[in-house]
Amino acid sequence: MFSGLMMNTWITASIVAVIAGMTGFFAVLRGQTFAAHAIPNGAFAGAAGASLLGINVIWGLLVFAVGGALAIGALGGEGRTALRRSRNDVVTALALVLMLGLGALFVSMGSQYAEETYADLFGEVFGISQGEVLPIAALGIVAAAAIAVAFRPLMLTSALPEVAEARGVSTRRADLYFLVVMALATSMTVPVVGALLMFSLMIGPAAAARSVTARPGTALTLSVVIALATVWLSIALSYQTNWPLGFFVGTIGAAFYLIGQAARAVAPHRAVAG
Amino acid sequence: MHYLFEPGLFSSGPVRTALLVGAVVAITSGVIGVFTVLRGQSFAGHSLADVATTGGAGAFLVGLNQFWGFLAAGVAAAAVMEGIGVQRRRGRDVATGVVLGAALGAAALFLYLGTLRTATTGASFTVLFGSIFVISQDTVPALVASGVVALLVVALLARVLLLTSVSPDLARARGVNVRLVGIAYLAALAVSVSLAAVAIGAVLSTALLIGPSATALRITKTPARAMAVSALGGLLATWLGIVLAYDSYYWPPHGHGWPVSFFVVALVLIGYLLSYVRPRAKRVPRSPHEGVECSPA
Repeated sequence: MFSGLMMNTWITASIVAVIAGMTGFFAVLRGQTFAAHAIPNGAFAGAAGASLLGINVIWGLLVFAVGGALAIGALGGEGRTALRRSRNDVVTALALVLMLGLGALFVSMGSQYAEETYADLFGEVFGISQGEVLPIAALGIVAAAAIAVAFRPLMLTSALPEVAEARGVSTRRADLYFLVVMALATSMTVPVVGALLMFSLMIGPAAAARSVTARPGTALTLSVVIALATVWLSIALSYQTNWPLGFFVGTIGAAFYLIGQAARAVAPHRAVAG
Repeated sequence: MHYLFEPGLFSSGPVRTALLVGAVVAITSGVIGVFTVLRGQSFAGHSLADVATTGGAGAFLVGLNQFWGFLAAGVAAAAVMEGIGVQRRRGRDVATGVVLGAALGAAALFLYLGTLRTATTGASFTVLFGSIFVISQDTVPALVASGVVALLVVALLARVLLLTSVSPDLARARGVNVRLVGIAYLAALAVSVSLAAVAIGAVLSTALLIGPSATALRITKTPARAMAVSALGGLLATWLGIVLAYDSYYWPPHGHGWPVSFFVVALVLIGYLLSYVRPRAKRVPRSPHEGVECSPA
């Protein structure tokens, strides 16, 4: 289970878990769960397009993920009122649908579709080469740095948008910044872990962490720890049973959330963001 | 006209079935979608479609007709979402996300087990993107019936639903059981979404649910008119999409049809973008203090 090739899997998956735990924490806090789902899923269509054109899949992923993030950020409403949020949801849904529609077109034009689709959606985490580990490690550091640099404005605009506006921090710009960071993180991780897994890994652990503690620092750390635990458990189980990794990540993530909700019911606390 | 309707279009059985099912899907999604957009449940609407894939994959695994799998998973997920659904909006989105994540994981497992058994890797593609041209004749009555049931539920609830969507507090004050209405609505949404998932694919059913209704809410002033415009727009996009997809067999690259879902999505999006182009002067001036609005999109 810890042989040469498997070591790559362990390392890559751990890095992905850290990235997902961090971005997921803000995605949950900022109420951008839908975007967290739409961007990796839409990026998958970019991969199909790139393989159709015969260029590196990464470019397709980058263009679609960042393009989707910019479209959601630019066309979605500003502010946090119900009206604006509803419009935000509509724009997110339509951006996702556009990317997937193009994906369906690309896939139908290509020849080797089924296997590729499955890999891009559900990931191919076993059998990662040494060469793939380095870019992901680099990306992990970049994503962590991008979030660390903007930690305070991101927290402020998430928790107290009115105060942030009064202090001259634009909620909208923070939204856009965060979406682009998420898109960058996604475009590197999707070919390895798959679009669906990336989403499960972002939401489950972060939601679980948020239901246990209200302190931002603790919640962020806990989110990363739970993401790591989820991934490690999933890899071990997937290795033993040969069942797809995505299944374990999805169910274990949901289980952590339920445990967190149960803990909250037993010992309630005050939520940080209303 | 000959260029739009390629030879053999209307004599082909699959095309006729596609046109009929497409119409049912478009009208159901169009009407229910208006409430989805008004209630800000676009994410739930999309998730239900994705969750339905799990049912589709499961049905594929046991050799049942996909539609029943879609339907069962969709309704079950709607119940779970509403069950753990926190009343606050942000919590609701997170709960939806967790359910979605777990369901997608299960879908991965079902598809994996399915491919182990039958060695048809194309299954994951069909389940996700659907194909309106290969609907089997015997499911058509079930498809139409479920569409009618969903429409009836929404039609019966329309007034209460509108009230709970626009102002839950007022509805509560008038003695409406907001929770119950929410569950009934979500069940209708699940039925409509699984229906759409069979027709144009789980992933792209969102297009028909959100696109026409968001467009209609932008260009009309009353919910009733929005529903009519939305159903009509969806119907137009679907039928035109089917015709174009059929024609595309004669387009380059030769002998390779373009997917219906691509055309439907493209048409729906063009409609939505056109609603932005509309001259602004025609819009009714609204008081900035007005709390409730009918056109959030």
